Amino acid sequence: MSLMLLIEQALNGLQYGVMLFLMAAGLTLVFGVMGLINLAHGSLYMIGAFACAAVAAATGNFWLGLAASLAAAAAAGALMELTVIRRLYARDHLDQVLATFALILVFSEGTRWAFGSFPLYLDIPRALAGPVRLPGGIDYPLYRLVLIGVGLAVAAGLFWLIGRTRLGIRIRAGEADREMIGALGVDISRLYTIVFALGAALAGLAGALVGALQSVQVGMGEPVLILAFVVIVIGGIGSIKGALVGAILVGMTDTLGRFLLPIAFSTFMERSQATSVGAALASMLIYILMALVLVVRPGGLFGRA
Amino acid sequence: MNLKATLVAAAAASLGIGGAALADPVKVGMITTLSGGGASLGIDTRDGFMLAVNRAGNPDLSVVIEDDQQKPDIAVQIADKMIQSDKVDVLTGIVWSNLAMAVVPAATAQGKVYLSTNAAPSQLAGKGCHPSYFSVSYQNDNLHEAAGAYAARAGITRAFIMAPNYPAGQDSLAGFKRFYQGEVVAEVYTQLGQTDYAGEIAQIRASGADGVFIFLPGGMGISFVKQYADSGVGLKLIGPAFSFDQSIIQAMGDAALGVLNGANWSPDLDNEANAAFVQAFRAEYGRLPSVYAAYGYDTANLLLSAMDKASVSDADAFRAALREADFASVRGKFSFNASQHPVQDLFMREVVREGDILTNRIVGVAIEDRGHAYEDECKM
Repeated sequence: MSLMLLIEQALNGLQYGVMLFLMAAGLTLVFGVMGLINLAHGSLYMIGAFACAAVAAATGNFWLGLAASLAAAAAAGALMELTVIRRLYARDHLDQVLATFALILVFSEGTRWAFGSFPLYLDIPRALAGPVRLPGGIDYPLYRLVLIGVGLAVAAGLFWLIGRTRLGIRIRAGEADREMIGALGVDISRLYTIVFALGAALAGLAGALVGALQSVQVGMGEPVLILAFVVIVIGGIGSIKGALVGAILVGMTDTLGRFLLPIAFSTFMERSQATSVGAALASMLIYILMALVLVVRPGGLFGRA
Repeated sequence: MNLKATLVAAAAASLGIGGAALADPVKVGMITTLSGGGASLGIDTRDGFMLAVNRAGNPDLSVVIEDDQQKPDIAVQIADKMIQSDKVDVLTGIVWSNLAMAVVPAATAQGKVYLSTNAAPSQLAGKGCHPSYFSVSYQNDNLHEAAGAYAARAGITRAFIMAPNYPAGQDSLAGFKRFYQGEVVAEVYTQLGQTDYAGEIAQIRASGADGVFIFLPGGMGISFVKQYADSGVGLKLIGPAFSFDQSIIQAMGDAALGVLNGANWSPDLDNEANAAFVQAFRAEYGRLPSVYAAYGYDTANLLLSAMDKASVSDADAFRAALREADFASVRGKFSFNASQHPVQDLFMREVVREGDILTNRIVGVAIEDRGHAYEDECKM
């Protein structure tokens, strides 16, 4: 194992974490501001990927697809908020879970009805294909470097939006005391629709960007959704900073665990067995991390305990 | 002819409906995956099976189809319902080994015939073999064995091998190593359902291997192949057909070109039955068939051939008729061994582009007349 390989794996972990952040940011925003558990967040990720794949296939242009994914996911999010989610704010979390779980089924079978059961084709834009040589002689895929850049730019944009703009002030105020800002004349239901559509657009963006690397298929959002929940629990529910730190922590832990644990076990075990045990333990690692964080800080790293 | 069949024949003759003994209606219960991420496999199984049923037009054969959602508990519920209220004679269609393990032993214990269109775990091939269980597809290890047997011939002398960490993944690597002549430089287990392989690809680059064997079915394979192509590592890829089948490679695009995959069927396999199958499937469904469709089609034809020879009410005669495998398989050579699994040629295919679609083409025979590794454990 060389130092270069370790650095490359750390980059992979960072990139994975940044992608998780795009999912988790929308989820934590909605949860923090509106107090809503949205299980259908993964469906918005899927909608983004399908919109991008369909438009890219029809026009031959990935960037048009990317724009379409943002528009489609935001529109689906706004529609969801206006028709279903709006009725759930006053209900308890169990009703929200039930209703948004039903939305997963509706979106999954609706997508299957529209696009069929076979995975769609979506490739990396040609300008970003292939590896580039980094200082130190690491060949690293350009597209993944761009993903890291996009994710960090979105994080910076969100910090600016929440911390420095009028909309951000209202979102934070809504988080603190929704009755009071309603009484001060802010149209709270419009604010909620905007926040929800923003979260949906982030999920759609993640779906389109990741869809180019992975398989665009029905049900692609649910595994990511579970990880996004782990991220926001670790980071502290409602905190964008927590989502960023949590996502990078989860991405690093998962990638480095998968890489290092089998090597560690093979120092004292037979190889076949070591890889199997190491892989099994690596898949538990992020949940162990989550448990440890909750023991030390029950509200998450940046949450209100 | 045993007593029961004689009585049935006598009764039929006395009622003036000659030939009724062979025309007992057969009801088939198909349990397969028609929704969720694995639906494309079940849909192809169903479409291949129903193509053969519709082409034969046998009025004595009826089929009920239900979706198992890729969940073992649902599959068990459906099987119970099909056996108890639909009164099916034959069950078929399960794609996944864990679902097959939940359904098959109970169904065969109740005297139902089970014809496997895909899943064929080692437990059911060896110690758990049963006179009413037939695998029409293969034994699970076969396609990995084909890849292992061919890898050295394809110039892979130092292999990096990789599969998800679950029973079928562990069987896959064992199957590959059973016939592989070269050296295995690294063995890696990934998570089941993993979608990002950057970490594994970095390990491949650093491993000093000259070829990579992967078993990553469904979406996992699509993700890996796209990411692998983009990484520029460029070592030869080899795997079983599951990772490079018709339903999957379109979504991989050009990244899949040139990948070698072990199979027991290919759309270009040169025999009359196969040419007719591929043409009819394309005409009916407007797409090329996958291996799952081919297994479904063969399974229905096997069943139809047995219906011509024996009545389903005479279990022993019906099973003997199935064992004869007297049908024109799209795989060409096809017979059953004692454990009622196929003996067949295993091929190596390569992903190629034909016009604007990607498909597979045979490049050589990997193993001739292959049965399976668990034959000796079957006491039947």
